[in-house]
Amino acid sequence: MFMIIMFSLYPPFNVRASDKPNDGGGSILIKWDKVEDTLLAGYEIFILEEGMEDYEQYDYVPAIYNTYEAEGLKNNVNYRFKIRSLGKDGSYSDFSVPTEPVKCYPQFFKLNKLNTFFAIFIYLFILVYFTKKARGEHLFIRRIAGLDHLEEAVGRATEMGKPMLYVPGISTLSDIATLAALNILKPVAKKAAEYDTPLIVPNYDPMVNIVSQEVVKEAYTEAGRPDAFKRENVFFLCDSQFAYAAGVDGIMVREKPATNLLIGMFYAESLLLAETGNMTGAIQIAGTDAVAQLPFFVAACDYTIMGEELYAASAYLSREPKLVGSLKAQDLSKMILMGFIIIGSILMLGFNWDIIIKLFGTV
Amino acid sequence: MRRNLPLALAFILGFVMIFQYFIPHPLSQKFYDIFIQQWLIIISIFFYILSWRSFVLYHTNKIRRKKEGWWASIVAIVSFLFMALAGIITKKGYIFNQMYNYVYAPLQATMFSLLAFFVASAAFRAFRARNLEATLLLIAATIVMLGRVSVGSYIWKGLPDFVEWILEYPNMAAQRGIRIGVGLGMIATSLKIILGIERTYLGGGD
Repeated sequence: MFMIIMFSLYPPFNVRASDKPNDGGGSILIKWDKVEDTLLAGYEIFILEEGMEDYEQYDYVPAIYNTYEAEGLKNNVNYRFKIRSLGKDGSYSDFSVPTEPVKCYPQFFKLNKLNTFFAIFIYLFILVYFTKKARGEHLFIRRIAGLDHLEEAVGRATEMGKPMLYVPGISTLSDIATLAALNILKPVAKKAAEYDTPLIVPNYDPMVNIVSQEVVKEAYTEAGRPDAFKRENVFFLCDSQFAYAAGVDGIMVREKPATNLLIGMFYAESLLLAETGNMTGAIQIAGTDAVAQLPFFVAACDYTIMGEELYAASAYLSREPKLVGSLKAQDLSKMILMGFIIIGSILMLGFNWDIIIKLFGTV
Repeated sequence: MRRNLPLALAFILGFVMIFQYFIPHPLSQKFYDIFIQQWLIIISIFFYILSWRSFVLYHTNKIRRKKEGWWASIVAIVSFLFMALAGIITKKGYIFNQMYNYVYAPLQATMFSLLAFFVASAAFRAFRARNLEATLLLIAATIVMLGRVSVGSYIWKGLPDFVEWILEYPNMAAQRGIRIGVGLGMIATSLKIILGIERTYLGGGD
């Protein structure tokens, strides 16, 4: 009777193990055919390391899975695995046939990212081609309302005799949106220097603070007004999200800037900043690539620089041919992607052919 | 030199980091941990020192000139010094933790909770049907709001499913359009910086 209960479950069949591809080593993938049994609770995995005498229990996997990734293993050491089924009543099956010995080892290239690798270099080629082609040519850029009104915003602050506030977001220099914000800061600071309008730049990140100071200082120098640069106006406020929001809101309420520029990466504090600015009656231009924050800025600001426009701002404001050329590269790449999306949709919907999905997939 | 050295560093390290991403070998990971992560921490310390100076300078300047709200600057400097001392002397012990848990955390939560009121006022302004786009926004938002609450299914049984359709298809299509543009913009900006085409972030002129 005992033997009947003990072996009423089937063990998993076809258990095989292989080195996990495209990783830094230390992992083995185990796969098996599912056991179709309503009494099955899961599987117990046993491991035998080269040089060890007997198998040890390694882990438990719920019944819904038929794959397992054994991690933290030694590279270039042989391992064998065997699995047994575990019933809901605590009974268990016999062991499966053990796997062949398998070693894990680190790889030198993520082959599953080969498409990304080539895409980057194709994009790089397009970018270099257009930046070279753009020299001496006039290339059309569509109007971006938010950027068109930057000068008007500076002028308004000058007329009102009030300062401008530039908030470069709450992220670090490793965030491209912050770099884009610093790229926009320079022309803004230059205009502020030309109009002799005070520019306040409270910073969230210490590194961004130092770079902002340098960018603003250089803009004032380029405008021929190095004496007008006040280092204390470009300062580190704090690196805590809501304390920063409270600090910037305080500046908005006390200093009453005529113009607020909220450009960079924002999170939950976006609306706290934009609404406070709106209440003080300032003209507000916001710019971010954070999709979740865009509706808040659209609702509370006069102009919003959306998504990719943020990255086009530098080229748009400077009109430097090389930078404008890079926008053309972006447009062409977007057209290529759109082409892939349309062709992929037709192939998938019409012929059930998923070649485009596989081309862009990274398994 | 002042200009070329940072550009050369950006070029070399930019490409090294691109290749590092595609190499899963532990040596590559070690390179990232030591040369990028640890260097970043070391460099950050110097930036923090400079930024504390900037922080103190800003607030002392406000106090000295008796600008509006100057007393808040005293609070800021005293709090800064108190928390720093509490952290250093007690090694983030009792006082530091008490101040963090019972002063700082509730203040953060208070700021966050203000968001509810700001969302209401922003929504009121956004939903005024001034033009076609605002009217569409108003209609879509009303449908989504009704479909997301229990009363929605009483009004029309199919409303929750219709709302899901709005979110999954027209809304998602627009979001993905923005995301593709953002992705390409980010790559383009990164490559421009690596190749030295974009130099504004360096501050200095040629």
